[in-house]
Amino acid sequence: MARYRSIRGLDWPLLVIALILCALGILQIYSATLDTVWRAAWWKQSIYLCVGLLAMWIMTQVDYHTLLGQVPILYGASLVLLVLTPLIGRLVWGSKRWIPLGYGFKFQPSEFVKLVIVLLVARYLTELKSDRLEIRDLLKLGALVGVPFALVYAQPDLGTSLTYLPILLIGLFLGGMRWQHAVAVLALVAVLMPVGWFFLKDYQKARLETFVNPMKDPTGKGYQVIQSKIAVGAGGVWGRGVTHGSQTQLRFLPVAHTDFLVSAFAEEHGFVGILVVLGLYFLLLMQIVQNAQTAPDRAGMLICMGVCSLLLFHLLINAGMAVGRMPVTGIPLPLMSYGGSSMLSVFMMLGLVHNVRLRRFVS
Amino acid sequence: MRYIPAERQPDASISRPLLRDDTKFAAGKIAAFQYVAVGVFVFLALGYWDLQVRNEEFYYGKALQNQIKSLPIPAPRGKIVDRDGRVIVDNHSSYRLILSRDNLREEHLRPIALGLNLEPSDLEAKVRRVRRQPTYLTIPLKEELTADELTFVEAHKGGDNFPEMELIKSQYRIYPRNGVAAHLLGYVGEINEPELNSPEWASHNPGDVIGKMGIERHYNEHLTGIDGQRQVRIDSSMNTRDVLGIKDAQPGKDLKLTIDLDLQVVGELAMQGRRGAVVAIDPRNGEVLALVSTPAYDPNHFVGRIDTREWSALRDDPHKPLFNRALQAQLSPGSTFKPIMALAALESGAIDENFTVHCPGGANWYGRWFSCHNKKGHGAVSLKTAIAQSCDVYFYAVGNKLGIDKIAEYGEMAGLGRKTGIDLPGEKEGILPSSKWKIRTQREKWYAGETISVSVGQGALTVTPLQLAHAIGGLAAGGVWMRPHLVKDEKAAEPVRKANLDIENVNKIVYGMYAVVNEGGTGGAARIPGVELCGKTGTAQLASNDLLKSKNMGEAFKDNAWFVGFAPRQSPEIVVAALFENGEHGPLAAPIVRDIIKAYFDKKARLNKLQQPAPSLARNLGLGGTDR
Repeated sequence: MARYRSIRGLDWPLLVIALILCALGILQIYSATLDTVWRAAWWKQSIYLCVGLLAMWIMTQVDYHTLLGQVPILYGASLVLLVLTPLIGRLVWGSKRWIPLGYGFKFQPSEFVKLVIVLLVARYLTELKSDRLEIRDLLKLGALVGVPFALVYAQPDLGTSLTYLPILLIGLFLGGMRWQHAVAVLALVAVLMPVGWFFLKDYQKARLETFVNPMKDPTGKGYQVIQSKIAVGAGGVWGRGVTHGSQTQLRFLPVAHTDFLVSAFAEEHGFVGILVVLGLYFLLLMQIVQNAQTAPDRAGMLICMGVCSLLLFHLLINAGMAVGRMPVTGIPLPLMSYGGSSMLSVFMMLGLVHNVRLRRFVS
Repeated sequence: MRYIPAERQPDASISRPLLRDDTKFAAGKIAAFQYVAVGVFVFLALGYWDLQVRNEEFYYGKALQNQIKSLPIPAPRGKIVDRDGRVIVDNHSSYRLILSRDNLREEHLRPIALGLNLEPSDLEAKVRRVRRQPTYLTIPLKEELTADELTFVEAHKGGDNFPEMELIKSQYRIYPRNGVAAHLLGYVGEINEPELNSPEWASHNPGDVIGKMGIERHYNEHLTGIDGQRQVRIDSSMNTRDVLGIKDAQPGKDLKLTIDLDLQVVGELAMQGRRGAVVAIDPRNGEVLALVSTPAYDPNHFVGRIDTREWSALRDDPHKPLFNRALQAQLSPGSTFKPIMALAALESGAIDENFTVHCPGGANWYGRWFSCHNKKGHGAVSLKTAIAQSCDVYFYAVGNKLGIDKIAEYGEMAGLGRKTGIDLPGEKEGILPSSKWKIRTQREKWYAGETISVSVGQGALTVTPLQLAHAIGGLAAGGVWMRPHLVKDEKAAEPVRKANLDIENVNKIVYGMYAVVNEGGTGGAARIPGVELCGKTGTAQLASNDLLKSKNMGEAFKDNAWFVGFAPRQSPEIVVAALFENGEHGPLAAPIVRDIIKAYFDKKARLNKLQQPAPSLARNLGLGGTDR
C-alpha cells in the first residue's frame, strides 16, 4: 500500500492549479492591504498556505475508510465545539464564530465541520447498501446535517451554515434520491420560505432586501454591493493594474482582502484576469470530479463529489455576490480570500480528495 | 475501529436493490453535475462580462466620482476698520472638527472625547441623539481647536486610529472683547432655515456664513468674498491623496466706517454698568462717530455655533442685551423735545422773542393740573430761561398756542416719527402724534389736553436716541438734516431735508441750549472749559412719581434720563444724544455727552498740534549756527 501513497501519487495538476490560485490570492491580498492595518496579511496568508499544505499531507496519511469509521466521534465532537463556540467565542461583527486560541490566533469550528459533514454524508449513504433512498433515510440524513446547520445558523452565520447544504444535496442526488421526493421537498421549501423569513435576523433580512434593491440604502447595507460593482466594472477588460485600482486602493471597496477579494482582483486584473481565475477554478473542480470518477468505491466517490460541490457553491456565492448576482453573505472565496481557517479547511478537503486518489487501485 | 466497505459484508436481508459499489453507477449523475458546474461558470462569467465589458465606462465614471471631490476654500470676509483705519473686526483661520458617521465606531468615542477635552458622556449623548438620521449627516465636534487638540487630531485621524474625525479649516471673525460696539457691528453666523427661504438671502446656500445683525448684515455683500475650490483625490476615509487643481478664494472687501474708535470707547466706558444708548453724529455730513447700546453681549460667542443655553440666557435677560437701544428704543424724549417746540413756535410765528409766561410751579389746562418739574415755580420765564431751566409751564402755553398738528409739522421736519435711514438693520421710527395719527391708529379724535403733554415730550410722543441726535443736530446746523450713516457713499452727501429757517430763530434756541450748560441751567454737569457746548436735559416719566412713592415700585419705573448736546455753538461739528434708562434725572445723562464731546475736541487739538511743523531741535538746544 505504501507505494501508492508516495509523493508521486498525488494529483499534481490539481495541486498546481490550487497553488496558482493561492499565489494570485496572496498577490491580491498584498495589493489590497497596501498601507493599511492589514498590510501583514499577505505573508500571514503565505504561512497559512504552508500550514494548509502540511494539513493536506496529514489528511492523506490516514486511510479515508478509517476516517469514515470515526464519523460518530467526529460528529459528536463537532456538535460539542459548535455548542461551545457561542459560550466562549469572541464577538466579531455581532456574531460569535470564533474560538480564541491565544497569541492572536483564533479558530472557526464551523469551517472544519464542513469536513465532518462530507464524511458523514459519504458514510451514511454507503451504509445504506442501496442505490435508492427511502423517505426515512432522507429524513434521517436531513436531521443529521440539520443539527450542525442550525447551530451555525444561530451564531449567527447564515453563510457558513448554507455551505453544508450543497454537500447534503449532492449526496442525496448521487445516493439515489427519488425525483418525487425531490419535488416534494422543493414544494415544502417553497411553502416554508415565507415562514422562514420570520426566523431571519434583521441584518439578514436587510442583506436580502439589499440584494433585491441595493439603491434602497446606498450608504448602509447596499454600500458594499454598490462599491463592489463599481470596482468590478471599473476594472474593464484589462484591469487597472496591480495596486492601481482606485476602488481598492482608496478603500471604497469594503473588506477587499477577504469577502470582496474577487472584486479587488476584478478591478486590478480586469475581465481577462477573471476569466483566467474562473478557468483555473473550473479545471480544479473538474480535476476533483475526475478523482471521484476513479475512486475505488462509493464512499470515496461521495467524498470527492461532496468536496467539489462545496467548492462550487463557495465560488458561486462569493463571485456572484461581487457582481450583485448573489446576496451578500460572509462566504470566502476558497484558496484566494485571506483567512487561516478557510485556507486550512480547503486544503484538508483537498487532502481528502488525495486520500481517495492514493487508494484508487484497490488491491 | 476501521470502517469496512459494504460489499465485504453482504446482507441478504436487504429488500432494496443491492448496492453497486463501483463508481460507474453514478457516471450519468456526475456528468449532470458537470453540466451544472459549466452552467455556474457561464453564469458567473456573464456577470463579469456585463459589468466589465458592457458597462466599463459607466462604472469607471462612478469610480472617478467616488474619489474626486471639490472642497471649498472659504474666502475670508472683509475687515471692518474705523475712520482712522484701525481694525475693529478681523478674521483668523482656525480648525473645526467634525465626526463623520459612515465609519463611526462606538468604542472610539471615549478616547476621542478625552483627547479633545470633552466630556465622554456628553459626546455619547450627542451621537445617540442623531442615531436615527441618515449617516451622511456629520456631527460637529468642536470649533476653534487649540494647538494641543490639533496635534491630537493630526496624530490620530489616520485610517488606523479614528478615521471618523474630519478637520475643516475655517475663517473665524474676531470682534472686540466685552461687547464694544457689539450692536453696531452685529455678528455673523451660519444661515438658517427661515433665512434660506427668504428672498433677501436667495443667492445663498446652506452652510454659508452670513451677517446676522448690524454692519455685518447691512454690508454683507460687500464683506463677503467668493469661495475658492480645491479638487482633490480622496480615499474612503476622506483623506486627501492628491490635489488635482486649485481655484483661489477671493477675499471680501474691507469696510471703512465713519466710527471713531476713540469716541466709541469713551461712550462705552461712560455707559458702563448703565442701561441706555449713546449716539454721536457729525451734523455737517451725517457721519456717525459713535453708537453705543448697553448692556451689550460678546459677539464672539455667536461665531460658529452658539451654545443654546447661552443663547436663551441672552434672549431671556430682563435687561435685553440683544436689543440695540440706539435705534430701537422708542421712548418719550421728555424735555429734550423742547428745542423742537421752540423752533415750531418761533418759525410758525406762534410766539415772538418777547413772549413770557409766569410759572407758579404748574398750570391748569383743560381741567387738569399740569405741574412744572420745579414745584416752587420759575417766576417770569422767557424763551431762553424756559430752555435753560427747562420750564414746563412755559412750553405748556407754547404747545397750547401751536396745537398738535403744528407741533407734528415741525417734528416731522426734524425727522421724528420716521426712520432716519441709517445703514443698519432694525431701525424703529418712534411715534410723532398728530390728529391724523390718532384717527388712523386709535379711531378717536385728538383732545387738546393731550397736546399739553406732548409739548414737554411726554404723552404719545416717542423717539429713538438716533432720531434725537439727528433732529437736534440738523436744527443746530441751521436746518439741514443729513442722513446718518456709518459708511461713506454717494447718497450720503445729499441732505434728507433742508428747511428755510430764520437763522435768528435758530440762534435764539441755540443760545437757550448754551445757557443750559454754561449759564446755570439744568445741564451744568456737561460744561467743558474752552468748549462752547450746548445741550438740553430731559427726564421722561414712565409713571407718576406719586404712584412710584406710594407703591414703592422698583428701578424699572424710575424716569429715563436724556441729554442731547452739540458743540461748538456756531456750525457744530458733533452732536451727541445720550439715553440713561431709569437714570431718574436728565442731568445724570449730561456727563456722558460731555465725555464724548471732550474726547472729540481733545483729539482734534492733539491732531492739530501734530500737523504743525515741529520746532527745530537744533535751535531749541541752542546749537544753531546763528548764535555764534
